[in-house]
Amino acid sequence: MAETTYREAVRAAIDDAMSSDERVFLMGEDVGHYGGCYAVSMGLLEKFGEQRIIDTPLSESTFTGAGIGAALNGMRPIVEIMTVNFSLLALDQIMNNAATLLHMSGGQFNVPLVIRMATGGGKQLGAQHSHSLEGWFAHIPGLKILTPATVQDAYDMVGLALKDPNPVLVFENALLYNDKGELDTSAKPLPIGKAKIEKEGKDVTILTYGISLFKSLEAAQTLAEEGINAEVIDLRSLRPLDDETIMASIAKTHRVVIVDEGWKSGSLSAEIMARINEQAFYELDAPMARVCTAEVPLPYAKHLEDAALPQADKIVETVKKMVGVS
Amino acid sequence: MNLTIEKAKEFYSKMLLIRRFEEKCVELYSAQKIRGFLHLYIGEEAVAVGLADALSEDDAILATYREHGHALVRGISAKSVMAELYGKVDGCSRGRGGSMHLFDAKSRFYGGSAIVGGGLPLAVGMALADKMQNRKRVTVAIFGDGAVAEGEFHESLNLAALWELPILFVCENNQYAMGTALRYTESQTDIYKKAESYNIHAKQIDGMDVVKVAKAATRAVEDIKETSKPVFLECLTYRFRAHSMFDAELYREKAEVKEWKEKGPLVVFEERLKDAGLWSDLDLKAIEADIQNVIDEAVEFAENSELEPIEDLEKFVYSEVSNG
Repeated sequence: MAETTYREAVRAAIDDAMSSDERVFLMGEDVGHYGGCYAVSMGLLEKFGEQRIIDTPLSESTFTGAGIGAALNGMRPIVEIMTVNFSLLALDQIMNNAATLLHMSGGQFNVPLVIRMATGGGKQLGAQHSHSLEGWFAHIPGLKILTPATVQDAYDMVGLALKDPNPVLVFENALLYNDKGELDTSAKPLPIGKAKIEKEGKDVTILTYGISLFKSLEAAQTLAEEGINAEVIDLRSLRPLDDETIMASIAKTHRVVIVDEGWKSGSLSAEIMARINEQAFYELDAPMARVCTAEVPLPYAKHLEDAALPQADKIVETVKKMVGVS
Repeated sequence: MNLTIEKAKEFYSKMLLIRRFEEKCVELYSAQKIRGFLHLYIGEEAVAVGLADALSEDDAILATYREHGHALVRGISAKSVMAELYGKVDGCSRGRGGSMHLFDAKSRFYGGSAIVGGGLPLAVGMALADKMQNRKRVTVAIFGDGAVAEGEFHESLNLAALWELPILFVCENNQYAMGTALRYTESQTDIYKKAESYNIHAKQIDGMDVVKVAKAATRAVEDIKETSKPVFLECLTYRFRAHSMFDAELYREKAEVKEWKEKGPLVVFEERLKDAGLWSDLDLKAIEADIQNVIDEAVEFAENSELEPIEDLEKFVYSEVSNG
C-alpha cells in the first residue's frame, strides 16, 4: 500500500497495461510531448515512445473513430479526450459505431476500446469546459460507463476497462486528480457494475458517484453529529447500474437521496428514481429526493458556480428535510 | 492489363450479378419482402468489381450503405446478403443490420455504414493497427461524394497522410449527395484535388470502365504495400436509379440519366471486349443462366431461412468474449 494521487493512479494503470500487453496504446490531444493536459501521461512518451503514446490533432471524432478501428483490428487502444465537452464532437463515433457495431454485425465485431475523459465543474472554467455529461452516455446500450471516485478505483477501473471486450468510457473528475489515497496495485479489483458501500448507515441512503462521493461523505459526517446515520454508496459504474446494492440499501434505510452532478432533467438521478419506483417503492418511507446541478450552463464566477453544483450543505439540508429534522 | 477470356468472363459475370441481384431487390421491395431503406448500386458496378480485383483476402473493406455490390464481389454469398435483406437469421448480420449494415468477419468486410463519412475514421484506425503490428495489408475505405463535405473526411485524410497509413480511399463520385448535385455543395468539385492538398497521391479515374478501375486499384494497392502511404482514387460514376426507394428523383433531367446510361459499365465493357475480339467468346446465355440460378437460390434460401427468436433480442449488445 502506498499513498499516491488519483493522477498517478491512472498513470500507473496505463503504464502497467502497456508494459504487460503490447496491443495497448494511448492516443489523444497533448498526451505525448506535452505530457497530458492534466499531466496524467507525463513521462509515458519517454518510456514507450511515439509509436505507442500518440499525439493527435484536434480531431476528436476521427481519433476516437480510429480507436474503434484499431480495436476492431486487434489492438487495445486507450483514447484520451481532453474534456467531456469535446467528446460531443466524437459522439457520432461513440454512439453510431462503438456502441452499435457488435449488434449490427450480428455479434461478429466487438470493440474493445477504452475512452478516458475529464469531467465535472468546480474550477471556474465556464460553460464549455465544466459539465458532467456521463449520465448522457449511460443512456446508450453497448457502452459501459465508469466513474472512479477513489484513488484505488482510478487504478483498478482503467485496468478493468482494458480487459473488457466492450467499449468502456471512464470519466475522471478533473478536481480529483490531486487527491491522495492509499493504492494497492495487487488488490483484486471490484468488478465493473458493482457499487460500493463507502459508509454504512441505517436512516437514509445517499447514492452518488465521482467527486460527489466526498461531498456526500462530508454531509454524512455532519448528519452523524445530529444523530442521523446515513449510508453512503459509491455507484462507481453508471452502466451497468448495481440495482441489487441500491435496492438492498433502501430495504434497510427506507429513505434515499441521490447526488448527481448532472442536471436534474432527464438525468441519471431520474433513471435511478424510476428504478427504485419500479423495484422498491413499498420500501420507501418518504418521497425520494435528489441533489443535482442547477439547471444552468455552469457560470464562471465562483460564488455562482458553487451555488450551481451539488454541495455537502445542500445534501445535509435535503436529508434533514426528508427525515423531518429541519 | 491483359484481358484474358477468363478475366473478361469474371468481370462481366460479377457486374451482371450485382445488376441482376439489385433488379431482383426492386421486385422484392415492391412485393414488401424487403423493407427499410434500400439504396441501389445499379450503374456503379464497375467500381466494386474493378476494386475487388485488386484486393487480396487479407485486405479489409469498409463501405457505405450502398454496399450490396461490394459485399457480393468480396465473396459474401448472394444467399447470405439476400437473407439479410429479408431480416433472417442466416443473413450476414443475422438480420440485425439490413441493407445498410452488411458485415462479414470471414471476408474482412466491416460494413455497411449508414452515417455519411462515419466509416473513414474506422479505416484510419484499422490501418493504424496494421502498421503497429507490422502487417502488410490494405484497408479500403469506400465512400460517396457526399462524404467529402463531412469534417471526418478531412480529419481522416489528414491523419492517414500524417501517420503514413496503408489506406486506399475510394471515392465513388456519382455526382449526387442524395438529391443534391455536387456543384451545389462543394466549392471544389474535383474531389481528388482535396486529397492532394493533404499530400496524398490522388487520381481521378473513369469509374464506368471496369478495366480502368481494376488497373488503377491494382497500381494503388501495390503503391500502398510498398510505401505504406495512403492513395486516393476518385471514381467518376453515376447511379442509374434513385437515391433510395423513397426518392421521387425530381432533381435531375431524364436526358442526363440517359446520357450516363449510354456509357454504363456493362455497355462500356461490351465495347472493350468487342475491340479485343473477345465478346463472341463470352457465352452470354450461360452467364445469364448461371446468375439467374444464383439469384433464384438466394431468394429461396432467404424465404426459407428462420427469423431470429425474439428471446435473442438482447443478444450482442455486450460481448462476453474477448477477441484475443
